[in-house]
Amino acid sequence: MSDYENLSGNEKELQEFLMIEKQKAQVNAQIHEFNEICWEKCIGKPSTKLDHATETCLSNCVDRFIDTSLLITQRFAQMLQKQSSGGM
Amino acid sequence: MAGMTSVEKGELMEQVKQQIQVANAQELLTKMTEKCFKKCVGKPGTSLDSSEQKCISMCMDRFMDSWNLISRAYGQRLQRESKM
Repeated sequence: MSDYENLSGNEKELQEFLMIEKQKAQVNAQIHEFNEICWEKCIGKPSTKLDHATETCLSNCVDRFIDTSLLITQRFAQMLQKQSSGGM
Repeated sequence: MAGMTSVEKGELMEQVKQQIQVANAQELLTKMTEKCFKKCVGKPGTSLDSSEQKCISMCMDRFMDSWNLISRAYGQRLQRESKM
């Protein structure tokens, strides 16, 4: 009886652990993507440090990319709505 | 999973964490190599000259700086979004 309880307790703990690690990995993957995109937009010739303008550009880049993603999601949903109501 | 001891479970969790860290580091290195080759190596010669090597070295550091900054900016944005 205690073996069975232990089994489902272990399972639950591992499942939760895997879910958290998966989320962490997804955040990391997103950061890699942002870094790649924003490096192209903001970095000229590599020097001894990132100057203030470059840091601002990188920070803005993340926010504007997320804004773009949100805007596209919103507008796309509207487009789908219009299509479905137009077809009726 | 039947009869897994807490030691085995702990080891498994550590293994998973390590593998994820290794994958993350590999991704970082792959991207860094691509970006710094683009920035620092013009027409490929018969070896990397000293200015190319210096550029690559600086580029690596700037790439890490950029990664850290982006990581912070993303974390801050996520926090702002969650408060809305």
